[in-house]
Amino acid sequence: MLGFIVKRLGVMALTMVCLTLVVFFLVNLDPNLRRLAISQLDMRTPDAQIESWLERNGYREPFLIRYGQWLGVVQKQPAVNEDGQAVSRFAFCSEPTEPSYSGILQGQWGCSTTFRTNVENRLFPGLAATGKLMFWVMVTMVPVALIMGIFAGMREGTRTDRTLSVAAITTTATPEYVSGVIFTVIFASWLGWLNGSAASATAQGITFSNFTLPVMTMAIYGIGYIARMTRASMVEVMTQQYIRTARLKGLSFSTVVVKHALRNALIAPFTVIMLQFPWLLTGVVIVEVMFRYQGFGFMLVEAAGNNDIDMLLAASLVSVFVVLSTQLISDVGYAYLNPRIRVQ
Amino acid sequence: MYEFLTVPQIITGILWQLLPVWIALAVVLSLSFFFRRSLGLYGELFGSGVGIAGVTLCYFWLFTALFASLIAPFNPLAQVLIMKDSLPGAIDPESGRAFLLGGDRLARDIFSRTVYGSQIVLLIAPAATGFALMVGTTLGLPAGYYGGRIDSILSFLANLVLAFPVILLFYLLVTPGIMETPIPYAMAGVFFLFPIIFFATLFYTRNKHRPGLLAIQLGLTVLIGGWIYAGLVFNADPFGIIAIRPNELNIFVAVVFASSPGVFRIVRGLVMDIKTRDYVAAAQTRGETPWYIMLWEVLPNARGPLIVDACLRIGYTTILLGTLGYFGLGLSPESPDWGTAIKDASRLLRAFVHPALPPVIALMSFVLGLNLLADALREQSLKD
Repeated sequence: MLGFIVKRLGVMALTMVCLTLVVFFLVNLDPNLRRLAISQLDMRTPDAQIESWLERNGYREPFLIRYGQWLGVVQKQPAVNEDGQAVSRFAFCSEPTEPSYSGILQGQWGCSTTFRTNVENRLFPGLAATGKLMFWVMVTMVPVALIMGIFAGMREGTRTDRTLSVAAITTTATPEYVSGVIFTVIFASWLGWLNGSAASATAQGITFSNFTLPVMTMAIYGIGYIARMTRASMVEVMTQQYIRTARLKGLSFSTVVVKHALRNALIAPFTVIMLQFPWLLTGVVIVEVMFRYQGFGFMLVEAAGNNDIDMLLAASLVSVFVVLSTQLISDVGYAYLNPRIRVQ
Repeated sequence: MYEFLTVPQIITGILWQLLPVWIALAVVLSLSFFFRRSLGLYGELFGSGVGIAGVTLCYFWLFTALFASLIAPFNPLAQVLIMKDSLPGAIDPESGRAFLLGGDRLARDIFSRTVYGSQIVLLIAPAATGFALMVGTTLGLPAGYYGGRIDSILSFLANLVLAFPVILLFYLLVTPGIMETPIPYAMAGVFFLFPIIFFATLFYTRNKHRPGLLAIQLGLTVLIGGWIYAGLVFNADPFGIIAIRPNELNIFVAVVFASSPGVFRIVRGLVMDIKTRDYVAAAQTRGETPWYIMLWEVLPNARGPLIVDACLRIGYTTILLGTLGYFGLGLSPESPDWGTAIKDASRLLRAFVHPALPPVIALMSFVLGLNLLADALREQSLKD
């Protein structure tokens, strides 16, 4: 098991290096660099000035050297101003003025040109805000989906099963931007019960009225998928020999379901729930933009719109880390929960 | 300012405008239902309520897209200034025709835009899914069949793409800036090569010993494939029939790129399962080449799950296209596709609700139709 985890961590590191290289390449394409320069200078800056700005701030150095600087294996050189003095690249960031190794390996995330501050000053509060959202989504989505799946799979082919299955299929056909609009129309515009925006949640804290819609919107798309997996797993378990034995020795149906079927039926949904995280990351972006909640997703869109290089690299690093570590947890957890695999 | 239709008038108006769709639906559905016993898997769909619902929804949008110019009373891009933000049923005083579902922020007819939006979605989503299937299958077959190093490398690459949050991928791949670089064209050049390779190998492995037939098949593949390839990648179709705008090519490439690793994983898993069967061993004993076994023994036996996956994937691609529209990536701002319409409407939801609902319901019902279809197909294939 330990060897397996070490190997997986190695693959994870390799994946991160490859992905950040790809992102680094894409954000440093010439049109994107020009966009960055224009956003930092002025719309009407002449080409020569843009070029000199890029040159002065080190954006014209060789690709691999710059990637190495970001990574922290090549020394970062400070920018030089008109008087020939070494200065920090951006006035709003505390970057060192002498050559130094200050990359991601040293814990330096770089400088966000959009938010005009160090990346970590925005990244971690954003992640915390998104963490709250994710927590509430999980808290509502997982129990609802599991209960739906168990009730549907308990007695296969009944009317309950068919109704719940169609309901589950319907939720998988409503992406966040669809359900968000429908819920806002119903609960905010027509009934007036809930707040159609979560902007106040950042400053004044989470309340029922400003947080219910984002959570509902995100949860609904995931419910169907988890419910269907749970149902399939439950149906399979209910046909097993030991369930028949339990029934034949006279246990009531509910005891059989709760004590014998449930524990075995919940192994498969566990992995599915863990593998939902990559999808949740996309959902977070849509929901946060739609409801104006200042989290990781909102930040990502702002950064992408302005080609904020260091911020985008940090965001991709974080999301890849989340995706890969949940995959790892899912694999390890599956092996741990399932005795058949554990023994092998 | 302007007169309104009553609610029943709006409903009958919409039903009347959709008349071509109803006629086509009635003809196709009754014919398919009548001959369902001789139509194989497709006919079996008509045995369950879920199947009929799925088929009907899919046909509905297919015919709406086909007959869009007949159904839509207005040009989707035309602005009738007086109708800005008008409520459903408002009558345009100039032409005397009604804006059945009202007008949007830029005074365009929402009904016509929703109808024309289906054309964009039904053109791009199935085509992109088709290419993703080709790419995923062509790479998944050898990965599953040979295993070993080729499998490790391809799986690593697939996981690399899958580890990317889709939205970040789109923000990086679908920007106006990237269209100035050769990257989208290079990616299109690689992806669109796969169907040609796929069909060429398919025909070659089957008809190796019949040079006459093989020459015809290969010639046709290269000719038709090359023609489409020239039109799509180099925008140099000699007949001028196949053309794609740079921003559409960019979207197309990004969607194919995002969804082929998923196909790859499914095909790989299916192949690893099927290659242990006896008929594969028999083919190996006969001395068939590996590619013959992959394409003519393994692939036909993997078709059930692949068809189901293709249905689900078209729905998922539709959702991805909507996401692109919602973030204003790639598609032009006045494009009538559903995602863009949802983006425009959701910003003004406090003031006006009616522009948001038609595209939302359209997108949801189309994806729902595909998901129901996939579910019915899965049920049928489990029965066999």
